[in-house]
Amino acid sequence: MIGTSSIVKGKRFDFSGIFLYTFLTVLGLLMLAPLVYMFSSALKPTSELFLFPPRFFVVNPTLKNFKDLLLATGTSIVPFSRYIFNSIVVSSFIVVGSIVIAAMAAYPLSKHDMPFKKFIFNMILLALMFAPQVTQIPQFIVIKELGLINTYVALIIPALAAPVSLFLMKQFLDQIPNALLEATRIDGGNEWTTFWKVVMPMLKPAWATLALFSFISAWNDPWAANIYTTTEDMKTLPLALQTLSGGYGVVARTGTVAAASFLMVVPTILVFVITQRMVLETMAHSGIKE
Amino acid sequence: MSNTTVELTRPSVQAKRSPGKLAILWKEVRRHKVSYFFLAPFLLLFTLFTIIPVITSFALSFTYYNMIESPKFIGWSNYKLLFVDDDIFLKAIANTLKFAVITGPVGYIMAFLLAWLISQIPVKYRFIYTLCFYTPAITSSIAISVVWLYMFSGDRYGLINYWAMKLGILNEPWLWLQNIKTIMPVLIIVSLWMSMGIGFLAFLAGLQNVPRDYYEAGAIDGIKNRFQELWFITIPSVKPQLLFGAVMQVVSSLQVFDISIQLLGMPSVLYAGHTVMTHLFDYAFIRFEMGYATAIAVVLFLMMVGLNRVIFRLLGSGE
Repeated sequence: MIGTSSIVKGKRFDFSGIFLYTFLTVLGLLMLAPLVYMFSSALKPTSELFLFPPRFFVVNPTLKNFKDLLLATGTSIVPFSRYIFNSIVVSSFIVVGSIVIAAMAAYPLSKHDMPFKKFIFNMILLALMFAPQVTQIPQFIVIKELGLINTYVALIIPALAAPVSLFLMKQFLDQIPNALLEATRIDGGNEWTTFWKVVMPMLKPAWATLALFSFISAWNDPWAANIYTTTEDMKTLPLALQTLSGGYGVVARTGTVAAASFLMVVPTILVFVITQRMVLETMAHSGIKE
Repeated sequence: MSNTTVELTRPSVQAKRSPGKLAILWKEVRRHKVSYFFLAPFLLLFTLFTIIPVITSFALSFTYYNMIESPKFIGWSNYKLLFVDDDIFLKAIANTLKFAVITGPVGYIMAFLLAWLISQIPVKYRFIYTLCFYTPAITSSIAISVVWLYMFSGDRYGLINYWAMKLGILNEPWLWLQNIKTIMPVLIIVSLWMSMGIGFLAFLAGLQNVPRDYYEAGAIDGIKNRFQELWFITIPSVKPQLLFGAVMQVVSSLQVFDISIQLLGMPSVLYAGHTVMTHLFDYAFIRFEMGYATAIAVVLFLMMVGLNRVIFRLLGSGE
């Protein structure tokens, strides 16, 4: 009697089960609808783009919009592929860099016992509490004083030391027992080789997680390029898309904009699909325990 | 060899100046120099791009600074100007709070409930639902604004106007993004759509890892249904994730910016979608009044950290 509907005895396909699936499915489809519409617009020929009333799904899919995007905009100052290239360069450096830097910093914070350890971690916790945007002005001044305007470095280094990366990495490392590290420690190896040969491989799920989060924030962020660059050839994909769509009030070039949006969104979804299993493994340890 | 002598002599030099605690501390620091070496790259960048900027922000907020002349100290003038004379800033604060008061709690509770519902279904189906709810959060707001602009378009060709008029709800097209009555609601709806982010994943992961024997023990202790289970077993077990999710939610709901600029333009009609972040961006990177802009940044910083302190007090006192 007790707990018949609870997880333990779980009768999955009772009435409430059907209701649960229906609810989740309907809500899930609603959430996906804007994205599906965007994808189908990217594949629509001109005749379908301006139909009234508009069609949700594409009937005669075509790659013309993508061709237009890569060719027609090529006649403007820089080819569109340049923005894609910039975005890929910046995002890859941020992903690899922040994983290595966060892993290196997480190791002593989690497994060593040195002075100021608690103080450093508390500072990271404090930094979690505000958005990096509030420090944007002095950051801009730092970048400017270092003479880094219009360089890839300016787009990359401010994003490398993200507090949330170190936090997640450290929480994940905390739950790996010290005994396990000791057992696999290579005889005669120093801390440096131990880190690369023993600790790094164990952190794999945490890498995947940081890869996801740092990739998404780097790939989607137009503001770094907006602030730190002034020339057309240093723009990244989101900033170029913002210019292309004209933002608010402009409905021109619907097809090419949809194609560019498609190119923006697909990589983020792919990265999530690839990393999701390891991400959930890491996020299980994301809690803030005092 | 030479290394050990340095280690032996250095602390004694320190010891002469201030014997006892400081010398021991210095010795400890030196003994752990490898640890600091591992921390160095992060700490260097963190100092350069987070700690120094925070301190500089506080300092610059008391100056007039336009990036051409050197900063001029003007005391509390920026703050006085902000809170007494700058009507648009007060409007921005009101908008941001209105936005945060709704999207913060609603987004947070929605994320938790959806994660909980997903954790009730068999593992093999979970991914597909997770993907449905999480994808909007990782979608570029610039990319997806194409769709929202079309949906909320103010003419009769906009999707919502089209259906509302067809169904007889509206007689004539409604200017969703220009009418100050609907600017805020649209902003909130779009943000809620994107709000199943990092917190949602943390909840989902936490919920999957609540030990099964807790539920078995609960069943013996007389837990009758899923809601009692949720309240007495699940929520206490995922409290650390709840705190993490709350901190992330506070930050993201107070920094509303991208969507406002993308959907409403800058400035929005009668500043109805103007937020603290857009005000900051306006003064910093359009007018280059850096002193005034940093004062805005400091206010936003204090709002975020202050609110998160409250959250810590509410959720963090568990252990």
